[in-house]
Amino acid sequence: MKTLNRRAHPYIPNSLPEVKEEMMREIGIKNIEELYSDVPQKYRLKKPLNLPEAMSEYEVKRHVETLLSKNKTYADMPIFLGAGCWPHYVPAVVREIVQRSEFLTSYTSYQPEISQGMLQALFEYQSMICELTGMDVANCSMYDWASALGEAARMAARVTGRKEVLIPKIIHPERALTLQVYCEPAGIDIKKVGYDGETGQLDLGDLRKKISRETAAVFIENPSYLGFIEAQVDEVAQEAHTHGALYIVGVDPTSLGVIRPPGDYAADIVVGEAQPLGNFMNFGGPLLGIMACRDDTDLIRQMPGRIIGMTTTVDGSREGFCMALQTREQHIRREKATSNICSNEALCAIASAVYMALLGPEGMRELGETIIYKANYAMKLLSKIDGVKAPVFSSTHFKEFTVNFDESGLSVKEINKRLLRRQIHGGKDISKEFPELGETALYCVTEIHSKSEIDRLAEALEEILAKR
Amino acid sequence: MFRQANWNEPLIFNLGRSGRRGHIPPKAEEEIVKSVGDVDALIPEKMRRKNKPRLPELSEAEVMRHFLHLSEMNYGVDSGLYPLGSCTMKYNPKVNETLANLEKVNMLSPYQEESTVQGILEILYKLEQLLAEITGTHEVCLQPAAGAHGEFLGTLLMRAYHKFNGESEKRCEIIVPDSAHGTNPASAAMAGFNVVVVPSDDDGCMSLGALKAVVSERTAGLMITNPNTLGIFERNIDEIARIIHEAGGLLYYDGANLNPLLCKVRPGDMGFDIVHINIHKTFGTPHGGGGPGAGPVGVSEELAKFLPVPRIVFDGKKYRLDYDRPYSIGKIRGFYGNVAVLLRAYAYILSLGVEGLKEVAEVSVLNANYLMKRLKGVRGLTLPYNSEKPRKHECVFSAKTLKRETGVSALNIAKRLLDYGLHPPTIYFPLIVEEALMIEPTEAFEKEELDRFYDALKKICEEEAYNNPEIVLNAPRNTTIPRLDEVKASHPRTMALSWRMYLKKLGRGSSNPYM
Repeated sequence: MKTLNRRAHPYIPNSLPEVKEEMMREIGIKNIEELYSDVPQKYRLKKPLNLPEAMSEYEVKRHVETLLSKNKTYADMPIFLGAGCWPHYVPAVVREIVQRSEFLTSYTSYQPEISQGMLQALFEYQSMICELTGMDVANCSMYDWASALGEAARMAARVTGRKEVLIPKIIHPERALTLQVYCEPAGIDIKKVGYDGETGQLDLGDLRKKISRETAAVFIENPSYLGFIEAQVDEVAQEAHTHGALYIVGVDPTSLGVIRPPGDYAADIVVGEAQPLGNFMNFGGPLLGIMACRDDTDLIRQMPGRIIGMTTTVDGSREGFCMALQTREQHIRREKATSNICSNEALCAIASAVYMALLGPEGMRELGETIIYKANYAMKLLSKIDGVKAPVFSSTHFKEFTVNFDESGLSVKEINKRLLRRQIHGGKDISKEFPELGETALYCVTEIHSKSEIDRLAEALEEILAKR
Repeated sequence: MFRQANWNEPLIFNLGRSGRRGHIPPKAEEEIVKSVGDVDALIPEKMRRKNKPRLPELSEAEVMRHFLHLSEMNYGVDSGLYPLGSCTMKYNPKVNETLANLEKVNMLSPYQEESTVQGILEILYKLEQLLAEITGTHEVCLQPAAGAHGEFLGTLLMRAYHKFNGESEKRCEIIVPDSAHGTNPASAAMAGFNVVVVPSDDDGCMSLGALKAVVSERTAGLMITNPNTLGIFERNIDEIARIIHEAGGLLYYDGANLNPLLCKVRPGDMGFDIVHINIHKTFGTPHGGGGPGAGPVGVSEELAKFLPVPRIVFDGKKYRLDYDRPYSIGKIRGFYGNVAVLLRAYAYILSLGVEGLKEVAEVSVLNANYLMKRLKGVRGLTLPYNSEKPRKHECVFSAKTLKRETGVSALNIAKRLLDYGLHPPTIYFPLIVEEALMIEPTEAFEKEELDRFYDALKKICEEEAYNNPEIVLNAPRNTTIPRLDEVKASHPRTMALSWRMYLKKLGRGSSNPYM
């Protein structure tokens, strides 16, 4: 790597010496160092930092591509991983729109008159999330599902004045950990509600035991972390509301073309992960946290994050869009704000808006059907293999399901190693997360997994287990 | 003359026709359908969706056109100057977009076996090292999704540190200057601290006397940005660090204003224990109309054990994710960070190199001082807080005089600048400057564009405001839409935060409340 002739760096127009001279003359200085004269000498770096020399654009591109070539992706082998970050197809139009410079390189729309495009697109994102989830209000994004849940719990505590949140025992462990980290400083206690060993469904008896007048919110996930559909949603709603607690539901929105939306079963707050709606996995980020609630002033006023609203021009001649309810936010309310969130995942929300608009109601239904078909086919096929139990629970599964290998005598780790040798990536090892489920993996099948890939997985597993 | 596109684009719900399709997802193969049977039978009756979601129904071309029209009614840093103070809106190199759109990143699951993700782990690991070197910190964590998220992590680390020392009950206060970004007090409050505000002195720096008066055994730490939001270097940072550390507190660096210090001064060397970096500011990644950004946090050796899990570790041969950190605070989000954003930052650092990053800092300061020097003579504008002192990345003018003399406010100036096809500066911030115009040109714009901004601002203040204030008061006119009624958007009677809420409000009264 050679030092570039950096007389003028392409990203720094005024690095041209003649221009610098002109500007310094105008300021009345001879050297840029004079502008740093108030910085104590002891802090000025005396020697260059230990950083690489500049590379040309071509060199940078080659360098990064070479490093990335060490990765193996879905394009190289079938991968059956989900667990909160899912592989889905991203239509070409989505990619095209999010690369539009006017969207990509804009800041938060502080000046609405020159930012109507972004504001309208975000309003449409909010509106479509509302249609999909059956809620009335959505903000224009949180960082991800885990942090959205943390914020939702704090929001519920503020609304109810209570300090306890009930969550299911079957929950993504990273999400539960994030929730705990968000809740601890606010003095919110988290209690876990058990599940039925046969079906995996929430143990209503345990819920009734644990819920009280101290409960700020009851949280469920649908589909659950382990992929099954939670069917007692109305019973949970009734328990929560009878005790004056809020009902928070976490969703994978790809299920909502076929599964009942939380707005239908009286959810007060909906959180979830909208990454699968038009966003790539990117090794886990950026993601797109959903945050929606009912049209209830108490809830809306406590909602965190940016919300775009409809308004009119001052002269009343036209409708338009701007940020609404900014008095909840940090730049106005400072330490009394509902959250410190400022930058969010706006461009990912645009991607999701384009995605939902492309699919429409029919597309969302077809997507859900394809996923449930393929996942259930995979489950059926794997369960036929000697030594395999798939799924562990008897409930209906959407796109993820548990596969237990206890009877095979092999560990998930060992099986995944052998699968990888055959150019297949197995499911997520959850034997440490849920020791009570034994040697179990969490498999994910979406619309992008073909039948032949699923068949290949089954054949490979059969081979591996036959050789044990 | 600038004229922004105005397509009068309807809401997407008012476009298309029932039955039209924009995209058809893959169908399950016939054998699968045969094998699984009726899909409806799989889903318990009570859990089936009965009413279709009322999503729009458009052809692919209509969707493309709709969002293309919307994009044309927006303004990005590629459109022109974007001197939003404290936001560091610099050029976003296009090769970084190419790299961030490669399948080798896009289609990686975070849970893949480590052997299949060595490339991305190496990039993230190396980026941590580069950022540690740049900030002068011991270890960097890439997990936070944005600057404010980094602040939240930073304040949680303070909490963990004091708890570790058995002082969590006692140390309940975080000190911030009155010029602080709103996120500082908000983050401190989120982490359970009380916020104590210290005023600035006549020089625009934190008042040492006032600081000494509030520091106590209750002090958990101090959050400060340096240069501060006036663009002024906190000259007493040495003393501030000493006071806080002697009181047993920690020093937090808000990295929003790191740009002018790159390869010149390091927060770690100034005594900061915790530093966050706004990747989407300092390291040139696109802000996407509000995100995604990334807010890595660097810490001193003493605090490293509290960082969130997992940490990326390298044994000389292989990179791996280490969850075995008994003192870790846990996690503040799912997975490891906004990887696609971080990847762009890695490429950005390589493109500039050690000398280029220094050039970034110096030219950003040159540009800010150049604009400041020129604007100092503009009638109606004043430069509060020691107008002779050089600024760093930004300068803050006050339109107080102009408002008194002509009725034209900072807001009016901002709206009028839009008519010239220029994005206005940040206004009404920092709070300690009346009618503030906070200008951060960054290193990314050429002198000619800075001059265009100066010419426009001078014309607005000197000619228009004094001779024809109506034109400023009624601005903007050349944007997609004239001035919006922002109060209406939050008023209970008219508040519509979604299409369905809008329809509900329309249906309630006999007349359209929006018109």
